Amino acid sequence: MTTSPSAVSGIGATQGAMAGHAKPASQKRRRNRIVWWIVLVAGIGYFVLPLIATFQVSLGMTVPFKAYTNTFNDPKFWWSLIYSAFCAVLTILAASLLIVPTAYWVRLKVPRMRPAIEFITLLPFVVPPVVLVFGLVRLYGGGPPLQLPLTSTDIGGTFLLVAAYVVLSLPYMYRSVDTGLRAIDIQSLTEAAQSLGAGWPTIIVRVILPNVRLAVLGGAFLTFAIVMGEYTIANFLFRPAFGPYLSLLGRTKTFEPAAVSLISFGLTWLAMGMIALIGRKSRGRVTVVGVK
Amino acid sequence: MAFLELSGVRKEFPTHVAVQGFDLEVPKGDFVSLLGPSGCGKTTTLRMIAGFELPTAGSISIDGEDISRTSPHARNVGMVFQSYALFPNMNVADNIGFGLRVRHLAKDAIRRKVAELLELIHLSGKGGQYPYELSGGMQQRVALARALAIEPRVLLLDEPLSALDAKIRVSLRQEIRSIQRQLGITTVYVTHDQEEALSLSDTVVVMSEGRVEQVGPPATIYGAPATGFVARFVGQLNVLDATVVDAGTGQVSIGGQTVRLGRRSIPGSANGARLSVAIRPEAIALDGPEAPTEQLEGIIDDVQFLGPVIRVRLLLDGDAGTILFDSFNRPGSGQPEQGRRITVRFPGSACMLLDAGADAGHDPEEEA
Repeated sequence: MTTSPSAVSGIGATQGAMAGHAKPASQKRRRNRIVWWIVLVAGIGYFVLPLIATFQVSLGMTVPFKAYTNTFNDPKFWWSLIYSAFCAVLTILAASLLIVPTAYWVRLKVPRMRPAIEFITLLPFVVPPVVLVFGLVRLYGGGPPLQLPLTSTDIGGTFLLVAAYVVLSLPYMYRSVDTGLRAIDIQSLTEAAQSLGAGWPTIIVRVILPNVRLAVLGGAFLTFAIVMGEYTIANFLFRPAFGPYLSLLGRTKTFEPAAVSLISFGLTWLAMGMIALIGRKSRGRVTVVGVK
Repeated sequence: MAFLELSGVRKEFPTHVAVQGFDLEVPKGDFVSLLGPSGCGKTTTLRMIAGFELPTAGSISIDGEDISRTSPHARNVGMVFQSYALFPNMNVADNIGFGLRVRHLAKDAIRRKVAELLELIHLSGKGGQYPYELSGGMQQRVALARALAIEPRVLLLDEPLSALDAKIRVSLRQEIRSIQRQLGITTVYVTHDQEEALSLSDTVVVMSEGRVEQVGPPATIYGAPATGFVARFVGQLNVLDATVVDAGTGQVSIGGQTVRLGRRSIPGSANGARLSVAIRPEAIALDGPEAPTEQLEGIIDDVQFLGPVIRVRLLLDGDAGTILFDSFNRPGSGQPEQGRRITVRFPGSACMLLDAGADAGHDPEEEA
């Protein structure tokens, strides 16, 4: 078999043309890659350099890691950490009990109310925590009109603190749960469960909650991170939480605040990592149900 | 006595009336299909039986017990949804056993029942799989088993096959019918697919605009439609404009060609009155030695090859419109040619009058 010169030259011309196109394309790709690397390094630098600096400050004592051992040996650190974690767990439970049924009911029965509910859940972004806590102290401090001195007892104060945290968690929890509910056909699932003899509590606990578990966990970890670092409300309610402890430490010690800041930062990232981990494990398990 | 009875059921929504004056009596063990176009109220009727919607008026009773106001979870009515509605967080066995767990049955009893149902739906060994691991057809079979597990008094199916492809639809509908017969369970099936309704049901309820148009066995619904809507909606129909030539002898003119309708008279019509005559495509045959008596002539306008049959569109003489009919694709018989003049024949008794008298398809006198 022979190949005609014209055919060969045709192929050569095509290859030449392709090479001509390929060169600028590869150059463009390389240029893009350089830009991405610059952005990445700048981003990492912006986030990581302060952490490195804080870490360096935390090592500033004559004995390395002394700030850390001092922190871990301080019972107040552990108490404040445990107290805040306890409040965070209570907040998550209370917020879940309040928000999951509410978001479910709004989606199922009164979808017209969704904008109003969304607006209410966004109020914590509008009302500063300091205003919220003054309102709480004013109303539940034992004065008129309620004459309910919740702020003067530990249990009452913790109750108020958790209640305030529930309010703070509303935007995160509601949006997270609502997004989770959007991913499943709640009407069909509810009706299927009803036709099989299930009442409302069974439907919520056995059908709806397990299917929005990931969404609830997402909201829960965000809430956990927020509660662990919250300062204003805990401080004004005189609660021995982690935020006020961190602030007190900043005023009285030199290197320990840097160590505690990094520990706090680590806790937050642990919470975020948990969301990502659970999200990866659950991927594929929760599927959008039905054909609409 | 009827096992499932709907009497004078009406459902109003703020914007429209979905169902009105709905009466239906279903004997125990019957398979009833609610057939109609989208928005005719068939799903609303089903949802009222399930308890998801409350009737504005009228009553629904099962086995003599009025359940009109009973909450859905207390009705013991099984439902299969178009979207399967399987619980994604549960595996197949847990889905099927859900209703039994809600009823607090012993674990052993639940396990036995689930195994029995898995065998019934030919999915033994799939109990540990999750819904997302199954095909659409399998998911719908699981949904059916889940509804059957609670041994419901009535089984409701809301367009259960419409999300499946054609081949699975046919096999699954046969399976549904076979299981229904095996268990003898009273079933109400909603569909807009006439083939499904006709092939599955003991009784078909044709609905339009919230009203019942006709209730009857599939053969009656198809062969003797009570209203013009039923005639047009169920099956294919050739509708031709006609003028009454002799009302006394049942003769009409279709584009100048006289046809005797196979009835003694055309009640309520005078000579010269205009009406619509309808003929099913399968009643029409090409001219031949054993062909029926009535005939129409025309020119073949279009020929479609459909495999086992050839669909012919005939342009009738006298500008009387077109008719469609099918001819078997017999080997060696040759295809009808486009542009050829032919005569088609049909029995006069196969003609239905759509706009005469009470809009009836067949003359009751003839049937009696």
